Amino acid sequence: MAKLSFPVGPQHPALKEPENLRFTVDGELVVDADIRIGYVHRSIERSCSERNYVQDMYLCERVCGICSNAHTLCYAMTCEKLADIEVPERAQYIRMLMHEFERIHSHLLWLGVAGHEVGFETLFMYVWRDREIIQDILEMVSGNRGHYAMTTLGGVRYDITPEMADRIREGLKVLRQRAERYADIATTEATFLKRASGVGVASGEVCRSLGAAGPTARGSGVPFDIRTAFPYLKYHTVEWQVRTSELCDVLGRTLVRVLEVIDACDICLQALDIMPEGDIQARFPRKVPEGEAIARVEAQRGELIYYIRSDGSDVPARVKIRTPTLANLPVSLEMLRGGQIADIPIAFASIDPCFSCTDRMVVLDDAHTGEARQMTWPELVKLGRQR
Amino acid sequence: MLDGLVKWARGKSPWVCHLNCGSCNGCDIEIVAALMPRFDLERFGVLLEGSPRHADVFLATGPMTRQIRDRVVRVYEQAADPKFVVAVGTCGVSGSPFYPGYNVLGGVDAAIPVDMYVPGCPARPDAISYGVLRLLATLDPKAEALVKEIEERYDTEGLVYTPEEMAQQRDPVEGARG
Ligand code: SF4
Repeated sequence: MAKLSFPVGPQHPALKEPENLRFTVDGELVVDADIRIGYVHRSIERSCSERNYVQDMYLCERVCGICSNAHTLCYAMTCEKLADIEVPERAQYIRMLMHEFERIHSHLLWLGVAGHEVGFETLFMYVWRDREIIQDILEMVSGNRGHYAMTTLGGVRYDITPEMADRIREGLKVLRQRAERYADIATTEATFLKRASGVGVASGEVCRSLGAAGPTARGSGVPFDIRTAFPYLKYHTVEWQVRTSELCDVLGRTLVRVLEVIDACDICLQALDIMPEGDIQARFPRKVPEGEAIARVEAQRGELIYYIRSDGSDVPARVKIRTPTLANLPVSLEMLRGGQIADIPIAFASIDPCFSCTDRMVVLDDAHTGEARQMTWPELVKLGRQR
Repeated sequence: MLDGLVKWARGKSPWVCHLNCGSCNGCDIEIVAALMPRFDLERFGVLLEGSPRHADVFLATGPMTRQIRDRVVRVYEQAADPKFVVAVGTCGVSGSPFYPGYNVLGGVDAAIPVDMYVPGCPARPDAISYGVLRLLATLDPKAEALVKEIEERYDTEGLVYTPEEMAQQRDPVEGARG
């Protein structure tokens, strides 16, 4: 049969974000897949050099609505490195709590979406119902259901009171039980197994060579986690382990994520008990000394890197963000190749793609040599808005 | 006759279609959350629909990037009349905080007409549902009565804005959009 090539997107029902995928199929088999992104490019990196350090915090938070806390955390850590500021102990614990809360909410969100993609709507509904528990906790602590604005330069903005801690404990205990139940479903429920096992295969070797990150890599047996590889915050004071799976398919990635939810509950419960009293915020100077710094955190989708160069003023000279989805896209295309058409949504969703994080811009003079050019702000505005 | 039928059906069971104009996902998950067990808009007949051709109400999020604009306009044109657009989220309303960026046109109404604005970053599921209900009130007298009742019982000040209210809110400089 002749090969057929067809585009999907940017508006399509499967994912909530615009991107354009092009598939070449032979009957039911996907022979080739390619992706075009860039619809959500919002000129954040460039806008960062127009605003001061505090304003950038809120701009960077809005890179992504799901991992917003990881972005602010990484941004703040970079700035603190530049300014050489020590964050108070208690603030570090609260940051870690928020980091793990966010992991729980994001992984549950993903699990629900995965259920939806395989046609398991019941799971979708149950998971999203349970997700409201963690949303309530986040709202109680920070005052908002998304974009918590908890992290600030030099610490965190709100303290966790004993009453809050009790309610968090209660909520997390329920969530932990539910997560165990989902782990059970993922390993025993025949409908889910049929759709997840052996689908979207990417071996550990492929993941390594294409530079996959986060649960995508760990689901293929690559035990890489920034929380242990380059320790930050207070992860060394609590007991937990890096979860991996040797299954290398959608099922493996699902298991890693569900187990990480359980771990995150444990980390939070331990942290609440050992958190010291004290300040939650250190003073941060308005102007940051000259220099450059990098920080990396394990966001829920993988490694997130921030690079900031400062010229000594109150506005950063350059902010560069490297998000995990970018690292995972090449592997995701590899997963799609050789699969069935019906498996495309779940195989693609299994890397938990997030394009609002990913879209960058580079101006190429020559697409073949990849020679890039620099543009000034007025030129960019002209290119972007006035055409 | 057919018009009357369409209007009746729309008022009873509006099908919503989610339109991402370059948002950060924050509002998008809140839209999904509004349809999930806790808020459960589906019990009021609201159904999330993937195809724009079947949609009555677009829930549009995002500051309208340059890349997506033409696609959004095309998708909007594909929907059957009458169609409504709800701009969800602060960046869908005004483009803020991304707006002066080179690739951002500033709000959903930079490309397609908007019938209701729901600010908030992210907009809360309750505010989104209230926005959709306010729209339905223009179609269905029963929904109108419901809106009145809600307004009596709760403080809905500033939850959603109609285009007229929005025009008053915008200061002339921002309204002009460079
Ligand atoms: S309003 Fe805020 S949460 Fe909603 S899409 Fe825009 S930036 Fe994201």
